[in-house]
Amino acid sequence: MSSYESDEMMSVEAARQLREVTACFVGIGLPSTGANLARRTVNPDLVLVYEAGAIGAKPPRLPLSIGDGMLGETADYIASVPEIFNYWVQPGRIEVGFLGAAQLDRFANINTTVVGDYANPKVRLPGAGGAPEIAASCGEVIVIVRQSPRAFVERVDFITSVGHGDGPGARERLGLRGKGPTKVITDLGILEPDPESRELVLTHVHPGVSAEQAQEATGWDLKLADELKTTEPPTQEELKALRELVAA
Amino acid sequence: MTDAVADLVRDGDTVALEGFTHLIPVAAGQELIRQRKRDLTLVRMTPDIVYDQLIGAGCARKLIFSWGGNPGVGSLHRFRAAVQAGELEIEEHSHAGMANRYAAAASGLPFAVLRGYNGTSLPDHTDTIKPITCPFTGEQLTAVPALDLDVGIIHAQRADRQGNVQLWGQTGVQKETVLGARRSIVTVEEIVDELDDKPYSVVLPRWVVTRVCEVPGGAKPSYAQDYYDRDNDAYKAWDATSRDEAEFDKWLEAL
Repeated sequence: MSSYESDEMMSVEAARQLREVTACFVGIGLPSTGANLARRTVNPDLVLVYEAGAIGAKPPRLPLSIGDGMLGETADYIASVPEIFNYWVQPGRIEVGFLGAAQLDRFANINTTVVGDYANPKVRLPGAGGAPEIAASCGEVIVIVRQSPRAFVERVDFITSVGHGDGPGARERLGLRGKGPTKVITDLGILEPDPESRELVLTHVHPGVSAEQAQEATGWDLKLADELKTTEPPTQEELKALRELVAA
Repeated sequence: MTDAVADLVRDGDTVALEGFTHLIPVAAGQELIRQRKRDLTLVRMTPDIVYDQLIGAGCARKLIFSWGGNPGVGSLHRFRAAVQAGELEIEEHSHAGMANRYAAAASGLPFAVLRGYNGTSLPDHTDTIKPITCPFTGEQLTAVPALDLDVGIIHAQRADRQGNVQLWGQTGVQKETVLGARRSIVTVEEIVDELDDKPYSVVLPRWVVTRVCEVPGGAKPSYAQDYYDRDNDAYKAWDATSRDEAEFDKWLEAL
């Protein structure tokens, strides 16, 4: 087995989640890496949807921005921005939304707006973008984020995008039609919401990572699944595809 | 362009400059800075480096937006500094909310309805997000008001000699920006004798556009499909200029 970085394990595992998926709404950064890797490995027919309007984009390399020229030039179709949200996201036409996060809490609520007080922020982040409606209306959401106590907090300072709200029944009460976050893929392992409490529990650790390491990188008392599994390490093929994608 | 900006943009106006990564009207934005426009309410879904420049230069009183960053690079430091210092009023939405606010403006409606924002913290801080009940099904939805735009500014690939404007590729909310504003300025890469078919092309007929100006390269460092590529290095280089106030002042002096 060849050596690899923890970020590479995260991108490879993110890509594997898209094996059976028709269409994926792609945020920029780590989600874009995972989704583009899926097209090059487990699912060549995967339809990548970007919020600037490209549907079925086939970028030859990783775009720096969600409206990069190569996304439009390789797309099956380009929608206007009102159309992408009203006709494509809102009715639940997109199976999976791939999102990043600056902060994430135990119910997988996402903050990309501010750290600290809104009116007097410690750190002002970029804001919502397309994420709130992706999180509300895509069939399910997969969050890709590096795990650290700074990012994995007991309570997010601002709910930009709703995960499982305050727990059981929250999404139904809010009228959110998608299932919400079903997996959180990190550089240490995978977290999934408990079917009863909706609280994120650690279900997988990546090879060489201990459950304690994952717990130490979490700002709440992270529970472990009854049967904690170890993720399959990246194959040579996956690593080669990922490195080619990143270097392209 | 100098005359168009002087004639059509007044201090205190609400002005949108649109273009989603593609066809950003950078030259027109920098003309606003040169003419020292003040107290503007600036509207843009994705304020990027030209809005960082406008904010740093003191043109803006308020910003209405949904994602403020330097795409793929990081923060907009002038924007961030102004917000953290409380010098810039902000009205913050999601992309879906903003897109619908533009669509309502273009439609001549007072508001738009969408399924969005429920459960997020945005309605606690933004008073232009309100719940509304569907009169037919009773479903709880969200209403956002139409943008009230004095001036809409976009950049397009070309126009013909009569002033019909054509843009293609990823065209974002540009159609809505022109149709939803009282006055509009369109800068174009070139003026041609005749427009022909292009993929995903949007045509804005001459009688809905107030002023067309030929400004080749007017979207740089963003891109104009079939004319030039995005200058990613310029976006990366802006980070250092924007981070340091003295560097920014030097940049402004040279503009």
